[in-house]
Amino acid sequence: MSSLLSYFRPDTSTAQGTLLAPARWRPLEILFWLFAVSLFWLAPSKMLLLNEIAILALFALSLDLILGYAGIVSLGHGAFFGLGAYVAGLLGKHGLQDPLAGLLIAGAVAALLGFVTSFLVLRGSDLTKLMVTLGVALILRELANKFSSITGGADGLTGVTMGPVLGLFEFDIFGKTAYAYSLAVLFILFCLARRLVNSPYGLLLRAIKGNALRTGAIGVPTNLRLVTIYTIAAAYAGIAGALLAQTTQFVSLDVLDFHRSADVLLVLVLGGSGQLWGAVVGSIAFKIMYDFLADITPQYWQFWFGLVLVLIVLVGRGGILGFWQAGSAWLRSRLSKGGRR
Amino acid sequence: MSATLAAPVLQTQNLCKAFGGLVATNDVSFSLPAGARHALIGPNGAGKTTLVNLLTGVLQPTSGRILLKGEDITGLPAHTRVKRGLARTFQINQLFTDLTPLQTIVLAIAEREGAATGWWQPVGQRRDLVDEAEALLRHLGLLDVRDQRTATIAYGKQRLLEIAVALAGKPAVLLLDEPAAGVPEAERHQILDVIAALPADVTLVLIEHDMQLVFRFARTISVLVNGGLFVEGPAADIARDERVKRVYLGEELVDV
Repeated sequence: MSSLLSYFRPDTSTAQGTLLAPARWRPLEILFWLFAVSLFWLAPSKMLLLNEIAILALFALSLDLILGYAGIVSLGHGAFFGLGAYVAGLLGKHGLQDPLAGLLIAGAVAALLGFVTSFLVLRGSDLTKLMVTLGVALILRELANKFSSITGGADGLTGVTMGPVLGLFEFDIFGKTAYAYSLAVLFILFCLARRLVNSPYGLLLRAIKGNALRTGAIGVPTNLRLVTIYTIAAAYAGIAGALLAQTTQFVSLDVLDFHRSADVLLVLVLGGSGQLWGAVVGSIAFKIMYDFLADITPQYWQFWFGLVLVLIVLVGRGGILGFWQAGSAWLRSRLSKGGRR
Repeated sequence: MSATLAAPVLQTQNLCKAFGGLVATNDVSFSLPAGARHALIGPNGAGKTTLVNLLTGVLQPTSGRILLKGEDITGLPAHTRVKRGLARTFQINQLFTDLTPLQTIVLAIAEREGAATGWWQPVGQRRDLVDEAEALLRHLGLLDVRDQRTATIAYGKQRLLEIAVALAGKPAVLLLDEPAAGVPEAERHQILDVIAALPADVTLVLIEHDMQLVFRFARTISVLVNGGLFVEGPAADIARDERVKRVYLGEELVDV
């Protein structure tokens, strides 16, 4: 029991302790995942919404790896999401109905596109990056539109059928399997991303974001390191897209639409970029806000949404997590002052 | 300088760089042995920055060669030259402002050791790297700001960190580009002490305006004028050289 407590209170007096501390799981993180699992019983009527949140969180997590950690701006991250969705949908339609195999293949195909396009994206300034990523996404969408014999074009890809997950759990209309499946995939990929960002490679990415001139001057082949993370992030986005295709058993051109790339950027800014949890918190806030606002003002929800976004960006650049951290720091300092008095 | 018997560590052969019609580096050849304390001086616009950029690989020369430990590095990209032992500091701080000095140095050491691509074990898992980083920070008097964000530490300390990052790579050649630039008088001695304590076998190239600093550390000096080597030789000779004084006109050379 004492060793468990000491895990949560790392010794930050030594250099090694300070470096290792961020990699430790905090109790709140564990509580969050337990809560996410408990929703399975607590909110059975919200499974479909929760499934969407989990998928969006994975997509935002992917963007956070390149934008929040490595500093690569993108307006076309939806390209990988959409590609993953189509690959998974087409596999399901043409006979490969095992969800996990489809997920892996979709991730691999998206990773390949990420690897190839990374050489275009990483060439120029931020503006160039925005334009190239946007361009790649637009090209992909038009290709999907053009080759309607394969993709179903504007009508969407119908006839996608999925087998049971692990051969055991059939997808149901309430989205119970869907949520459990997406949550499990999100959790596993979150844990992997968490290891990555707390590793030397994760520190290296933050260093490149901070000053690529200096990383070069300590001997880092900077572009090569960025190619790697761009490829990994593309795989993550592809898997997120595949989850959507598999759990809804439908794919339309909408998955490649510009709003996908824009939404995921909003989610990250809303939640707070560069700390993984921002992606998760942002997705929850985004979907709930969307649901709530669309409910009370179906026509003007974007007005309110825009207003909230402007406020968040103006007041604090760290998003919701930034507020949370500033707030808890303030509270701690108040409490410690009170204690001394 | 040519009289030294030791094999040259850093060498340039007829190095030229032209930007269109402007010749920024004109037929520069020099040779530095291990442990050299060499200063590169010259009035504004003499081509010091271009020469540094050629040496470090930021620019490619129009013609000529650069040799590091006898090997031709002319065509190698900047980061590969660092791996071969050529480190530099920047005139304007180029630091990771969001990281702490400890993280910065651990990263630089990890990169040197080929451990900076590890993605599974957390940063700090390797005790040997952390201990080495801590020793280096202690040596440079940066232990008190070990865990602060670099952006928030004093400017003088940032200049020290700039040197520490370069030292973390255990370079054979260290290019110091105006190491004390902008440092308040009260903190200057810290920088000077660190330069004085550099390992004896490191080849030091000091790019400086500040003659006090030059004559304190340099044993040999190259004077660069209009992109070419104007004169080179032992520091004492350069200090007495009437031509050099004339080049600097208003600028005052301190007696040694």
